[in-house]
Amino acid sequence: MFRATLKSLLARKLRLLLSGLAVVLGVMFVSGAFVLTDTLGRSFDAVFSDAFSEVDVNVAAKPKVALSEVEGEQVATPVPASVVDRVKAVPGVTDVQGVVNADGARLIGSNGKVVTSFGPPQLGENWLGESDLLKLREGRAPQADDEIVVNVALADAAKVKVGDRVGVLTLAPKKEFTLVGVFGYSGGRDSVGGVNEVAFTTPVAQQLMLGKPDVFSNVTAQAADGTTPEALRDDVARALGTDYEVKTGKQLADDASASLKEGLSFFNKILLGFAAVALLVGTFLILNTFSIIVAQRTRELALMRAIGASGRQIIGSVVLEAVAVGLIASVLGLAAGIGVGALLAYLFGKLAGGLTLAGLGVPPAAIIGAFAVGTVITVVAALLPALRASRIPPIAAMQDVATPDRPLTKVTVGGSVVTAIGAGLLFLGLGGHAGDNTLATILGGVLFAFIGVALLTPLISRPVVALLGSIFAWSVPGKLGRLNSGRNPRRTAITAAALMVGIALVTGVTVILDSAKGSISALAEDTIKAELVISGAQTGPRPASFDPAVLEKAAAIPGVRLVDGEYGDMATMNGERTWVAVSSDVAALERIFGAKANAGDISRLNPDQMLVSSDTAESRKLSVGSTVTVQLSRGEAHTYTVSGIYESSQLTNPVVLPPQAAADFAIPQPIQGFVQLAPGTSVAAVQPQIERLLADSPEVSVADRAAFIKQQTSQLDTPLRMIQILLALAIVIAVLGIINTLALSVLERTRELGLLRAIGLRRAQTMRMITVEAVVISIFGALLGVVVGTGLGAAVVRALKDEGITDLVLPWSQMVTFLVLAAIIGVVAAVLPAIRAARINVLGAIAHD
Amino acid sequence: MTATVGQQAQAAARASDVWKVYGSGEAQVIALRGVSAEFERGRFTAIMGPSGSGKSTLMHCLAGLDSVTRGTVMIGDTTVTGLGDAGLTKLRRDKVGFIFQQFNLLPTLTAQENILLPLSIAGRKPDPAWYDTVIDTVGLRERLGHRPAQLSGGQQQRVACARALVARPEVIFADEPTGNLDSRSGAEVLNFLRNSVREHGQTIVMVTHDPTAAAYADRVVFLADGQIVSELIEPTADTVLDTMKKLDAPAEVGN
Repeated sequence: MFRATLKSLLARKLRLLLSGLAVVLGVMFVSGAFVLTDTLGRSFDAVFSDAFSEVDVNVAAKPKVALSEVEGEQVATPVPASVVDRVKAVPGVTDVQGVVNADGARLIGSNGKVVTSFGPPQLGENWLGESDLLKLREGRAPQADDEIVVNVALADAAKVKVGDRVGVLTLAPKKEFTLVGVFGYSGGRDSVGGVNEVAFTTPVAQQLMLGKPDVFSNVTAQAADGTTPEALRDDVARALGTDYEVKTGKQLADDASASLKEGLSFFNKILLGFAAVALLVGTFLILNTFSIIVAQRTRELALMRAIGASGRQIIGSVVLEAVAVGLIASVLGLAAGIGVGALLAYLFGKLAGGLTLAGLGVPPAAIIGAFAVGTVITVVAALLPALRASRIPPIAAMQDVATPDRPLTKVTVGGSVVTAIGAGLLFLGLGGHAGDNTLATILGGVLFAFIGVALLTPLISRPVVALLGSIFAWSVPGKLGRLNSGRNPRRTAITAAALMVGIALVTGVTVILDSAKGSISALAEDTIKAELVISGAQTGPRPASFDPAVLEKAAAIPGVRLVDGEYGDMATMNGERTWVAVSSDVAALERIFGAKANAGDISRLNPDQMLVSSDTAESRKLSVGSTVTVQLSRGEAHTYTVSGIYESSQLTNPVVLPPQAAADFAIPQPIQGFVQLAPGTSVAAVQPQIERLLADSPEVSVADRAAFIKQQTSQLDTPLRMIQILLALAIVIAVLGIINTLALSVLERTRELGLLRAIGLRRAQTMRMITVEAVVISIFGALLGVVVGTGLGAAVVRALKDEGITDLVLPWSQMVTFLVLAAIIGVVAAVLPAIRAARINVLGAIAHD
Repeated sequence: MTATVGQQAQAAARASDVWKVYGSGEAQVIALRGVSAEFERGRFTAIMGPSGSGKSTLMHCLAGLDSVTRGTVMIGDTTVTGLGDAGLTKLRRDKVGFIFQQFNLLPTLTAQENILLPLSIAGRKPDPAWYDTVIDTVGLRERLGHRPAQLSGGQQQRVACARALVARPEVIFADEPTGNLDSRSGAEVLNFLRNSVREHGQTIVMVTHDPTAAAYADRVVFLADGQIVSELIEPTADTVLDTMKKLDAPAEVGN
C-alpha cells in the first residue's frame, strides 16, 4: 500500500509540484522571516558589543520619558560634569570620560540638503580622540569651536571633504563649521551600523546636543588591571547613589541590541502575516489539486477498495501523498526562505548604511516553522479530498460511474453559516466589543468570511460564470470554453476563490487607505485656515524641523495675519505616556484649526496653564481647573492647570502646552508652521519671502495648502504600495492555481479534446477554448475579490468612523485595473495548458482505452 | 425457479430470494426478482443472460459491491447482507477476488507489484510456494518487472487473474474477463481460470455473454428479466448458444 502510494505520487510529480509551489512560497516567507531576524539580530549584537568593547562601566541618568524603539528616540537626561570627578575618585577606575552623544545632528550636504537617515540615529558627540576602534582616516581632530570631524560614511553621503565649510542642524538652528577630519572604524568600516556621526569639541557638543554647558550624556570608565567590570560597576553605583544607572559595557550592548530587536520582531510579524495569506491561498490550491486527482483516480481507488483496501487505508494513502508533497515543499521552501532571508538581510544592511552582517543564521524556529507549516497545511488541505476518496464505492471499478452532479445544498448551507460566523466576528471586532482580543477577532472574522464565501462560490459561480462566459460565446471555441468553465462549479469555485483572497485583501486595504486619505483631505480642506504651510517630509524616526526664528520673521511680513509653529513631544502626564503639543500662537487653535471650546478659554495660555481635547479630558477624567503634572523629555516636571477643553477632531492634538514648554521638548524646534494671510493678500507674493527665511532650514519647505494636504496624505501611499506588492504574491499563487486546474482539466479531457480535434477543431481554436475558460475563471475570482474586499474595507471604514474616517472612498479605477489584470492573468495562465491541449495526439486520444 | 445443484454445505456463495430495485415510482427498475442460487465450492460457474437481464447486478450483489433490496447473500459462512463498510472490507480482503473486463491494473506498479497488491493492502506476506505456482500457471515469470503499458491485453488480464488468485479467496468473481480480448488471448485466460478450478480447487463465478467463454465453465446459470430461467451442467458452446436463442425469444420461455 505504502509503495503503491509513493509510486502513484511519482507518476504525478509535475502536477503535485505545481500545487506544492504554493506551499513552497508560504514556507519561504515563514523561514525567510526567521532567518532575516536571526541574522540581523546577531549582526546588531556584534555591532553593539564591538561599539561598547572599550567601555567597562557606563554611568547615565534615568531618562525623563522612557520610550520604546517603536515610539521614537529616547532623550537621555544629562549627567552633570561633576559626576566625572566623582567617578574618578572611585578606586580601581582608569580612563574616565564624559561623553556627549545624542541623536539629531543633521549635516547639510554639498547639495544644500540634509543627509537623511532611514533608521539609524544621526549622532552628535564630543571628540574623545582616537582609540583601537576609532581612527582618523584623514585630517586632524577638532580643536576650535567651529571645527568638526565626521565619519567617512557621512562625509561620502554628504559629498563633503576635509577643509569644506559645512552646515549642521542640532538643537540650535543651522551653524557653520569647518570639516577638519574624517574618521572610520577598525576593520575598514566607514560607520557602525549605518550611524551618522558628527563630532564637535566638548563645549560645543554640550551646548548644541544637550542644550546646556557642563553636562554629559553619560560617563564611561575603564576598570584598572585586577578589577572586573562588574565589581567596578558596583563600586561606582555605591559611590554615586541611586540617581544614576551604572551598567557594564556588556549590559549596554545587550540593552541597545534588545531595543533594536523589538523593532525587528515587529517586522517579523508583518512577514509572518504575509506568509499566512500565502498559505491560505495555497490551501485552496492544494485542496483543488487533490480533489481533481482523487476524481481522476476514482477507478484506481475503487479498485483498491475492491481488492480489500479499507476506507481508512484510502484516506491514509491520500494523506501520505499530502505529507510527501508537504515535506518536499517544506524543504524547497526552507531553502528558498534562507535565500530570501539572506537577500533581505543584505538589502537591509545596505539601506541601513553598511551594517556588517554576521554569518547567515538559520534558527531552529525557521526549520521547525517551515516543516510544521508546510506539512500541516498540505495535510489539512488534503483531508477533505481524502475523505471523499474513501467514500468511492468499490463498484466504481467495474462500471463507468458517471459522477453525479452532487447537490450544492450542503456546501451552500455550510458556507452561509461560516460566512455568518465571519460577519459576526467582524461585527464584534470592529464594533469594539471584543476587548483585548480585537485584532484576533477581526482576523478570525476575515478568515471565516473568506472560507464562507469560498464555500458559497460554487452556487454563485453558475449564474456569474454563465454571464461572464456569454461575452465569449460568439465563437464555437468561446462557447465550449464557457461551458467547460461552468462544468464543475466546485472546481471553478475553488480556483476562483484562491484568486479572490489576494484581490479581496488588496481591494480592502486600498478602500481603507483611500478612505482615510479622502477623509483627512476633506477635513483639512474644510478646517485648516492657513494659506501656506511649512513642513518637511519625514524620512526617518525623527521629523523634520526648522528654526523657530522663522516664525517671528514670517509674522513680520506684510499681509501675514497669523503664524503658528507646531511642536510635539512624547511626555508623561500624571505618569502615563501621551503626545503633547505646543502651538507658538495658541490663538491658532481656533483661528486656523477651527477648534471649538467645550469649556474654559482656549484662546490664550499662561505659562502654568494647559489645554486638553475633549477625548483626553474624558479618558483622563480632567475638567477645567484640574492640575496635571507633565514630565517632558528634558527639564524638570511641571504642574499645569487645565484652563480650557476643546472639541476633539482629526486635526487637534490631545494636549496643548504653553509655548515656554517647547524648550524642554526632545526636538525644541517647530515641526510644522501654518501661515494665515490677511484677506486680499496674494499667496504668490508671500511664499517666496518665507522661502528665503527657510534658507537655513533645509529640511522643510513652504507649500500652499493644497500641496501640503497632498503631501500629508501621500504618506499613506508608501504602506499601501508595500502591502500591494506583498499581496501580489498571493495573486501569483492563485495564478499557479489556475494553471494547475486547467492543466488537470486538459488531462482529464484528453479524449474529449481528441474528439473535438478529430471532428475538425483547429489547434488555434483549441487554445482559444482553453483560454476562454481561464479568463472566465480568473475574472470571476477577481470580481468576487473586488466585491468581498470592498465589503470588508467598507466595514472597517464604518468602524473607524469615530476615528475620523468619515468618507468611504471606493477606488474605482483600481477595481477596473484588477479586473483587467485578471483577464491578463487568465490569458497567461492558459498558455501552457492550451499548448498542451493543442498538442494532443488525435488518434492516441480517441483510440486510448 | 431455483437453481439447486450440489450440496448446500459446499456452497461458496449463496443468494436467497434476492431482490434488487433501483429508483422509485415511475423510474423504478427491478433488476433482480427473487433470485436464489448457490455456487459450489471448487467449481467454475458462468452467469449468462441478455443485456439488462440482471447478470451483472447479481454478481455485484453476491460480491457485496452492491446492497440488496431484499433477501440475503452469503459468502462461505459469512452473511454479506447487512455488513458495514468495515465488514465488507474484511470480506473483500479475505474471501473475495475480482477480475474485471478492463483489467484494472495500477499503471504505476509493475506486474509483480500489481499481483501482490491485495496482500500488501491486507498487510500479509504471500505463501511463496503458492505464489510460484500462480506465477508459473499464468506464465508471466519473465514479465514480472514490466508495467501494464508494456504488456499485451492478454498478459494484463493474466496479471489480473494472478492478482485475484494469489490471495486464495473463497470465491473469485470475474466480470466479462474476456470482453476486451481477442479470441486467442481470451482462450488462454479461460483455460487458465478453468485450470485453477480443476487443479487448485478455486471457486470462480464469471459473468459473460459469450457462449464460447461460458462453455469453459462447469455450469451455466441463465438470467432473463431479473430471474433465473435456466441452467446447464457441463455446457458446450452449442448447448449454451441454443439456450441463449431460446431466451432471446421470451415468448417461448415465458411459461
